[in-house]
Amino acid sequence: MSHRILIVDDEPNIVISLEYLMKKEGFQVAVATDGETALQLASEFVPDLILLDVMMPKKSGFEVCQALRAAPELVATKIIMLTAKGRETEVTKGLALGADVYITKPFSTKDLVLQIKSLLG
Amino acid sequence: MKARLRFILAACVLGLLMTGPFALTGLLLFADAKDAERAAFAQFLVPRLPVGGVITLLGLVAGVLLLRGLFQQYVQGLSRMAETLRLMLGANRNFRVAPEGPPEVRELARAANDLAQQRDELLNDVEAQIRTAKATVEEEKNRLAALMSELALGVVVCNLDGRILLYNSRARLQFKALAQGPTSMSGGALIGLGRSIFSILERGQITHSLENIQQRLRRGSAEPTANFITSTRGGQLLRAQMAPVLRTGATGPATATVDSLPPAPPPGEGGDNVGSQAAPAQGVAAATMLGAELQVTGYVLTIENITRNFEREAERDQVLQSLTDGNRAALANLRAAVETLIDSPEMEVDYRERFTRVIADEASAMSQRLETTMSGFADSLKTRWPLEDVLAIDIVAAAARRVADRLHLPIKNEDQDTSLWIRVDSFALIQAITFLASRLQDHYAIRELRLRLSAEGKMVFVDLIWSGTPVSSETLYTWELEPMNVGAETSPLTLRDVVDRHSGEIWYQRDKAAHNAFFRIVLPAAVTPDVQTIDQTQHLHSDSRPEYYDFDLFAARDAEGSGIDPDRRLTDLAYSVFDTETTGLQPSNGDEIIQLGAVRIVNNRLLRQEIFDQLVDPVIPLKPEGILIHGITEAMVNGQPRLDVVLPAFHEFCAETVLVAHNASFDMRFLQLKEDSLGVRFTQPVLDTLLLSAVIHPNQESHRLESIAERLGINVIGRHTALGDAYVTGEVFLKMIPLLADMGILTLRQALDAAQKTYFARVKY
Repeated sequence: MSHRILIVDDEPNIVISLEYLMKKEGFQVAVATDGETALQLASEFVPDLILLDVMMPKKSGFEVCQALRAAPELVATKIIMLTAKGRETEVTKGLALGADVYITKPFSTKDLVLQIKSLLG
Repeated sequence: MKARLRFILAACVLGLLMTGPFALTGLLLFADAKDAERAAFAQFLVPRLPVGGVITLLGLVAGVLLLRGLFQQYVQGLSRMAETLRLMLGANRNFRVAPEGPPEVRELARAANDLAQQRDELLNDVEAQIRTAKATVEEEKNRLAALMSELALGVVVCNLDGRILLYNSRARLQFKALAQGPTSMSGGALIGLGRSIFSILERGQITHSLENIQQRLRRGSAEPTANFITSTRGGQLLRAQMAPVLRTGATGPATATVDSLPPAPPPGEGGDNVGSQAAPAQGVAAATMLGAELQVTGYVLTIENITRNFEREAERDQVLQSLTDGNRAALANLRAAVETLIDSPEMEVDYRERFTRVIADEASAMSQRLETTMSGFADSLKTRWPLEDVLAIDIVAAAARRVADRLHLPIKNEDQDTSLWIRVDSFALIQAITFLASRLQDHYAIRELRLRLSAEGKMVFVDLIWSGTPVSSETLYTWELEPMNVGAETSPLTLRDVVDRHSGEIWYQRDKAAHNAFFRIVLPAAVTPDVQTIDQTQHLHSDSRPEYYDFDLFAARDAEGSGIDPDRRLTDLAYSVFDTETTGLQPSNGDEIIQLGAVRIVNNRLLRQEIFDQLVDPVIPLKPEGILIHGITEAMVNGQPRLDVVLPAFHEFCAETVLVAHNASFDMRFLQLKEDSLGVRFTQPVLDTLLLSAVIHPNQESHRLESIAERLGINVIGRHTALGDAYVTGEVFLKMIPLLADMGILTLRQALDAAQKTYFARVKY
C-alpha cells in the first residue's frame, strides 16, 4: 500500500517538481493550490503527509496547519511546512502550530525525500 | 477725587467765615431791637443789601481763587511730586523731580533730588560690587551657552511638566524645519521657553521613557537614560535620548534618604572588585543616585533628525531583503526542477520539456527581479525601526502597570525569567500588550490576565495567559491587522506592524491540560550587556556636569502646570505681548490687519528671540494716510499670507499665555471680528498697558505708549512696526509689574479688576 501525499502550494513551478518527485517515489499525490482547497482535499483524501507552503493567497499555511491539527480524522497526518521566509521566529511558530518538520526554501530534493520517508517510517 | 472734595469743603468754610460774623451780628441786633427800630433797620438795610451782597460775593470769589492757587501749588503739586518720587523709588531711578511751584515746594523737590542722588551713589557702589561678582558667573554661563549652541545635536531641557527650560539653536532649527505651517512663524512658535514639549513630541513616549529612567535609577543603574524614536506629522524621524536632571546640592536630605534605604548593592557591580579605590567610588555614586531617585526634577533631551540616515539604511535593507527572501522561492523552484531532471534520466520527453520551461521561466524571472530591485529600490521603502536593548522584565512590568491603570484588569505574574534581555521598541511593544489585553477584556470578558516570560534558545516568549473562554485563531488574525486603539488612545500601528518591526511572531495556543489559553509573542533575545563597560559612560551624572543656567523654571513646576489661573502672581505668568498695524481705525467698517507682531515674556524676562512677526495681505487696498504712519506699502503686503492663515498660527503662538497690548481693546476688536469666520477663539485674559498706566499714574495726563515709555525710562526704537511696538509694550509691562505690586496689585485677577475700574475702561472703540 502506497502512502498518500497532499501538496499545497500556489506556485505551479514548484508543484511540478514536487509532484513528479512524489510520484517517482511511488506515492499517491493530490495537489491543492490554495488554503481552502487544501482543507477540503485533506478531509476527503486523508493524506498521510502534507507538504504545506506558508505564503498562499486566502489562507496562509499557518492557518491551514492550525485547522488541520484541529481535525480529529487527521491526527496521524504528518505536516512538512515549506517556506521562503527563513526567520527563526517563523520556524518556531510553524512548529508550535503543529508542523512536524519545517523546511526553508530552497531545499535539496534528496533531503526532502529522505525527510518524508523517515516521517512516514 | 479726595483732593477735590477737600477743596470744595475749604471753599465752603471760606464762604461761611466771610458771611457768618455779619449775619450773626445782624441777627443778634435784630433780636435785641424793638419793633420800630426793627422797621427802621429794615428800611435802612434792605435797599443797601445788594451792594453789600455783591461786595461780599466779590470777596468770596477772590478768596476762592486765592485758595485754588494755593491748593494747586501745594496740595496737587505735592501729590504730583509724590507720584514722581515713587517713580524714582521704583521703576526709573534716574528720574528727577522738576522743581516747580512755590519756593517751599521747590526746596522740597531739590531736597528730594539730593536725597535721590545720595541713594544712587550708594546703590551704584553696591551694584558695582554685585556686577563684578556676577560677571564671573555670567562669563561662565556664556561660555557654556556658546558651547551648547555649537553642538551638532539638538538639546532641550524640560521640567517634569514638559515645559522647556532651555534649548539650543540646533534644536530650534530642527523643530523649525519639522513644523509644517504656511507662515514663517508657525515653526519657530513651537519651541520656546516655558512652552510644552508635547506639542512636538508624543506625550506617551516621554512619560514612558521617564518611567523607564525611574526604574533604572531604582535599580541603581549606572546609565539611567532612555532612547526612543518618534515620527513627526511630516513623517520625519527623530531619535531622542533622555537623561534625567537630578536634584543635586541637597546633600543633607539626600544622605538621609540613602541611610534609610536598605543596603542594596547595584546588580552586577558587586562581583568584580577590581582595584580597592574604584569600588568605593562606584558605591558612592550609586548611592547618590539611589537617594536621588525621588528627586528627578526634569530631563535633558538630545535630539537628532535621523530621517535621512534612516532612509538610506532602509533602502539598503530593502535591497538585501529582496535579494535574499525574494529569491528564495524562485531558487527553490529552480533547484527542485534541476535536481529532478538530473535524478531522472529516464524522464519522458514532454515532462522534460515542462521542467526545462520551469527552469527558463524562473531564471528569467530572477534576472528581472534583480533588475527591478536595483533600479527601483527607492520607490517602496519599508521603514525599519531601531530597537533598544532592555531587560524583558522591565517591559512586562511596565505593561502590567499600564494594563492595570487603563483597563482595571488584574494582572498576575507567572514564571517570569528576570535575566532576559530583548531588543525592542518598548513603547510599541507595551502598546501591543495593552491592546491585546483590552481586546480580550472587551470581547471575552476575561477577569484576570497572567503574564509569563520565558526563553528558548535565542528567543524570548512573552505570554498573555487567561482561563476560560477560548479564542479562535481567526480572531487573532483579524486583531493583528487592526490599528491598536485602546480607549481614547490611538495608534497608527497594527499588531502585525509591531511584530514585524521586531522580526517577531505572534500566535494563539491552548494548553488543554492547564485549562487555559494564551497569546505568545516571540521576540529575538538580546545579548546581556556588560555592566562594567557601561560604567565608563557615567560622566553624565558626575558633579562636573554642565549646568549653565540656574533654571528658575524648574521650581515653577506646579504653577506652570495647567492653563492660566487668575490668582497666580503676575510675575509667574507667561505673556504674549502683541501689536497690530491696520489699514485704519475702524474694524467694523472694513479695516483690516496688515501686520502682527508679538514677543513672549516668560519668568519675568522679555524673550527677544521668541517672536511672531508677520505681514498680512489685507486683500483691500491700503490707505495713503495709513502708509505714512506704519510705512507698509502695497508691495510689502502683496504675496504675504492672508489673515485666515496667519491668525491660527498666531493663536498657536499665544497658547496658554496672557495677552498684553497697549490699548488692547482696539487690537482685540480686530481679532475678535475674525474669530467666527476663521474658527479660532482668543479666550485668554487680556491686559492693557494703557489701562494699567492709568491705574499706576492716575494724575498723569498722557497714557500714550511713548509717554509711558519715557516716564519709565525705556528707550523707544523701531516704533510703528508691530513687533517694535510689541517690544516697547513688553518692556513697559515688565516695569509696571513692580509698580503694581507696590499698590498691592499682585495677581492677574487684581490687575484685571483694577484696569476695569479705571476711567479709561469706559471708553470703547
